Amino acid sequence: MIYFDNSATTKPYKEALSTYVKVNEQFFGNPSSLHHLGLQAERLLFESRKQMASLLGTEAENIIFTSGGTEANNLAIKGTALANMHRGRHIITQQTEHPSVINACQQLEEHGFRVSYLPVDSHGQVSAEDVAAALTNETILVSIMHVNNETGAIQPIQEIAKLLKNEPQVLFHVDDVQGRGKVPLNLENIDLCTLSAHKFHGLKGNGVLYKKKGVKLSALLSGGNQESGFRSGTENAGGVAAMAKALRLIEEHRREHGERLRAVQQFLRKELEGRQDVIIHTPREGCAPHILNFSVERLKGEVLVHALEERGCYLSTTSACSSRQKKTSTVLTAMGVPKEIADSSVRLSLSYENTRQEAEAFIQILKDTIPTLAKVQR
Amino acid sequence: MERIYLDHAATTPMHPEVIEAVSRQMGEVFGNPSSIHSFGRTARHVVDTARSTAAKSIGADFNEIIFTSGGTEADNLAITGIAKAMKQKGRHIITTAIEHHAVLHTCEQLEREGHEVTYLPVGEDGQLRLADLEEALREDTILVSVMYGNNEVGTLQPIADIGQLLKDHQAVFHTDAVQAYGMESIDVKAAHIDLLSVSSHKINGPKGIGFLYAKEGIALEPALFGGEQERKRRAGTENVPAIAGFNKAIELAASSLEEKRELYTGFKKQLINILEDKQITFHLNGTLEQSLPHVVNLSFPGTDVESMLVNLDLAGIAASSGSACTAGSIEPSHVLVAMYGKDSDRLRNSIRFSFGLTNTKEQIDQAGEAVAKIVARLTNK
Repeated sequence: MIYFDNSATTKPYKEALSTYVKVNEQFFGNPSSLHHLGLQAERLLFESRKQMASLLGTEAENIIFTSGGTEANNLAIKGTALANMHRGRHIITQQTEHPSVINACQQLEEHGFRVSYLPVDSHGQVSAEDVAAALTNETILVSIMHVNNETGAIQPIQEIAKLLKNEPQVLFHVDDVQGRGKVPLNLENIDLCTLSAHKFHGLKGNGVLYKKKGVKLSALLSGGNQESGFRSGTENAGGVAAMAKALRLIEEHRREHGERLRAVQQFLRKELEGRQDVIIHTPREGCAPHILNFSVERLKGEVLVHALEERGCYLSTTSACSSRQKKTSTVLTAMGVPKEIADSSVRLSLSYENTRQEAEAFIQILKDTIPTLAKVQR
Repeated sequence: MERIYLDHAATTPMHPEVIEAVSRQMGEVFGNPSSIHSFGRTARHVVDTARSTAAKSIGADFNEIIFTSGGTEADNLAITGIAKAMKQKGRHIITTAIEHHAVLHTCEQLEREGHEVTYLPVGEDGQLRLADLEEALREDTILVSVMYGNNEVGTLQPIADIGQLLKDHQAVFHTDAVQAYGMESIDVKAAHIDLLSVSSHKINGPKGIGFLYAKEGIALEPALFGGEQERKRRAGTENVPAIAGFNKAIELAASSLEEKRELYTGFKKQLINILEDKQITFHLNGTLEQSLPHVVNLSFPGTDVESMLVNLDLAGIAASSGSACTAGSIEPSHVLVAMYGKDSDRLRNSIRFSFGLTNTKEQIDQAGEAVAKIVARLTNK
């Protein structure tokens, strides 16, 4: 079995699983309870928050735990919009963002906000100049993802951050769901940043919104005022502890195996480039080391994914969230890829556990698979 | 010293079989249910199975269950979702003064956004009066949110009567069943319930998961936007391992419901009997009859909450002053204020005991003895 769908979700680390089980067996209390068990759970939550913060190079008070990346993106965008609307109602984002950003922005448009969806170039990258040009006196938020989930394209986050440093009234949100653990990101000049645990071998149902001190945010969930009032709901202490552990481990793996991951990707790229019928969408420069998006001409992406699965290789068409809808990828469309080619695209996404041997085996399987399908499709 | 956990209304330990179910999912079936390959399909199957289990447990249909990150999110989605989806039909909401903060604070937020909210009072028994509800009901009322069973004092509300009353009114009927689910047998169709919130960690399931039942045809504006999970009503990758654990927890809760009701009702009487035998002065907050079997809230005149809790904790007994969510800081319980007024002594001397998995008759004996001893000491008897 070759699992190349790590951008959809990753297999949790064994250590993360055992942390989760241990916490739930021994420290199951409600962190808000005043008794012994509650205090233990609260202490554990505090330690996890501290560990998370130190791994992100920030302070514990800047960490808001959420139910995942979608909630963190919704909270970042709608939360800042609501809290800052008296200063302006303009938001800047770009066309290849994850649906949890795009759809949250569209919802705000229904409530009277104006949103600029900046274009990307053929590499899938937005330009900092375009961001600068789109700024108005009404702009309150810029939301740009770090690493694109379909192509792996890296956005010029530091350049935009530098630009926005001169615009103190504009908040900068970065969706780092796909980049975390793969491409380092300094949070220094970023106001809000989204992480999702199950993309770095933590557990589903856990995420983080990093919120720089002083940034105004309205809560989306009202209730018991957990997470300093920014996110009500009983804390999932086990999931949070497992997430902190997973982040620590993946950062270790990045340092130790980062080169190897990049080499596996390079190998796959070189092999695919050697084929006349393959078009690679992931940019050569400025891409994350774990994603490779390509089309095999005249083969529907879905057909290829299923055929590869029969041979034990797991890939996906577009992002998992939209793959069941069978729509043309909006990301590739924004990059100027023609519909027919975009409908042929598949995404291969690696983890540090994938090896060169797996990549070699995959290439062979792909070589064997394509001719059988080409016949069927004609 | 054996620690005795009598705070199951705050949170419950996961059942060993639930832990096993969660672990199995995390290790083997880690796929994203939206992926089209077999990992994705297997994960989808886990989610579908749990959806059927959840639906069946309250007499609902498969498509009427929306998985959320917990009870708080379910309450928020129900209330805000209706308020936004029905704003053309009216802006009036009715709830009660004793709801969980996930309901009350959401209503307060809506008030700031131009909605009008009526907070119905309750009697000393903790129940609302149907006549009050009838009187508060207006043509432009769009939502009535009344909890099934109260988390602090355990009082049950006349849910079926409210459902009957609202059956032919445009107002949508939401009930927060977070404390009642798994303890009361619930039939949403028979009781004419439109929306119902459930939390997994209150029934020995994992934290971070819950569901909202939303009757087919109820218009609900989603709160989280993104992928098209949960039929576009709740975006976000499904929390498959937690959903698998929740599925197991629901099965266990459903199969042991009658047994638990009897056991915990017995515990409640046992605790009260011990205190009476020891001639401790106390008052029951609420009633024994219209109450959740696993929650009992007692007022001990002459004591104060803080020294009670500290002493109980030292004696190895975990209990609570009210809901865990308000417990972080000891503020007077809004539930007791609604029942007994803001000047009542009960606000400062009431303790909630709540029973659950692993509690035994022996533990209740021990706890009763310890409570009696502490109260006697604090009141210098």
